Amino acid sequence: MSWGRRSVIGVPYLWLTLFFFVPFVIVFKISFSEMDYAIPPYTNLLTWADEQLTLSLNFGNYTYLFTDDLYIRAYLSSIRIAGIATIICLLVAYPIAYVIARAPAATRNALLMLVILPSWTSFLIRIYAWVGILKNNGLINNFLMWLGIIDQPIAMLNTEFAVYVGIVYAYLPFMVLPLYTNLMKLDNSLLEAAADLGAPPWKVFMSVTLPLSKAGMIAGSMLVFIPSVGEFIIPDMLGGAETLMIGKVLWQEFFNNRDWPVASAVAIVMLLLLLLPISLFHRYQTRELES
Amino acid sequence: MGHKVSSLGKTYLTLGFIFLYLPIFILIIFSFNESKLVTVWGGFSTKWYGELLNDKQMLGAAWMSFKIAFLAASIAVVLGALASIVMVRTGQFKGKAAFASMITAPLVMPEVITGLSLLLLFVAMAQTIGWPAGRGMLTILIAHVTFCTAFVTVVVSSRLREMDVSLEEAARDLGAPPWKVFFLVTLPIIAPALISGWLLAFTLSLDDLVIASFVSGPGSTTLPMVVYSSVRLGLSPKINALATIIVLLATTGVLTAWWLARRVESKSIKRPTGDS
Repeated sequence: MSWGRRSVIGVPYLWLTLFFFVPFVIVFKISFSEMDYAIPPYTNLLTWADEQLTLSLNFGNYTYLFTDDLYIRAYLSSIRIAGIATIICLLVAYPIAYVIARAPAATRNALLMLVILPSWTSFLIRIYAWVGILKNNGLINNFLMWLGIIDQPIAMLNTEFAVYVGIVYAYLPFMVLPLYTNLMKLDNSLLEAAADLGAPPWKVFMSVTLPLSKAGMIAGSMLVFIPSVGEFIIPDMLGGAETLMIGKVLWQEFFNNRDWPVASAVAIVMLLLLLLPISLFHRYQTRELES
Repeated sequence: MGHKVSSLGKTYLTLGFIFLYLPIFILIIFSFNESKLVTVWGGFSTKWYGELLNDKQMLGAAWMSFKIAFLAASIAVVLGALASIVMVRTGQFKGKAAFASMITAPLVMPEVITGLSLLLLFVAMAQTIGWPAGRGMLTILIAHVTFCTAFVTVVVSSRLREMDVSLEEAARDLGAPPWKVFFLVTLPIIAPALISGWLLAFTLSLDDLVIASFVSGPGSTTLPMVVYSSVRLGLSPKINALATIIVLLATTGVLTAWWLARRVESKSIKRPTGDS
């Protein structure tokens, strides 16, 4: 291997190994230590005393996760909320991607730009916008009360509903993009062939377009589902105290309880749960990157 | 695909865009609200912009975020370009699969996990080798470069893949050394992707709250961290004013870049269309 080739591969390889892979190894290690009132606030796994090297692995953090039902409930409800939000997102995004892919070439780029543009502004501020819209004396309730449809505000903020709105709103472009890319690659002649053979439009869609856009649906769904499971900002700002999500639990474990080992164990279990979706996404993505 | 958009399609698309843009427009409108209440109109005023410009903490944090985002985007573009070449041009090598997963995993990794793991790395490094000595701008920068590199790689490698390889081959056949082929042939062609990759990285860095909260230290508060702590205390029209400025800057930035990229695109050599 030439020196040039070696350094082209080596530089990004080393960077990502040191700052992406190694950190996980350390999280894994610290998930087996114990909280300590020291700096840093955890015990060492290896200790040297009386000429004895002792390796102490503490499984307490993991058994704790499975005995206190807060954590199990948080994992389950994160997966449920992220799953439902992903399905809603797919249902909302598919027609958008479909219509854009069918639009005249000249307007296609502009329409796609319009879909992406909001994600270039602050995520935090876009979620903040929904607080003002959904709260009890917020815009929706004020409007409905002004119309006289309701006389009591409907509680929307600090509910699971608000979290769904937030996830769908914030992640919609991530669903539209891979769907659009996928639909653009679709061979027009297949659709024409189906139509020529007498298939009505809905049948062409169900038996040609939909199956052929499976890759885009999987990629989009994973792009929404995986980060949503560990989402912190949305449940924190829109979900209130009652919406239990694991990203928020990890945050509190770390920042409020300052229990780094338990936070690490929470992260490791979350990572294990996401391993399958991540590898699904990875398979799609490498096919995209290498094809 | 076809070139007909039914009226049903148009209606749906319009509804979709209303959903995407209405919250942002509402934010902008209420930034000009006289009243302190964010949802009740009390007359036109620009006083919140004045207050924003006098908020030393906010301005300091914005400057900090800007510096980090600028540096992070610039480093991530270099690393991302290298990583794209590795992904698209170098063929197989030992460890390529591992490399590929270190590119795709950061795209979807929940931020709390990335943030926690990087913090623990920095703490462990400080303990064993004494570097980085403290947490602050440098640690946030490293964290941002890491996840931005993955996004830049996706943008740049798709451009690199579409590029006509025969141009590079021609230059090589004429005796140009690899670095010359890269700078004179490849770089100009992937330039639009590098610009959009840089912009994407810049925005991602500017926007990050979760990872920065984990890896920051005293004296390195970024803009999202200030916004978050102020939003926690309740809605404030000042945040609306800030949002308006961000929307304005992002829109002009993106549209300019888009326009520039299209100009470059139409000038650069196009490969014959056909296979894809």
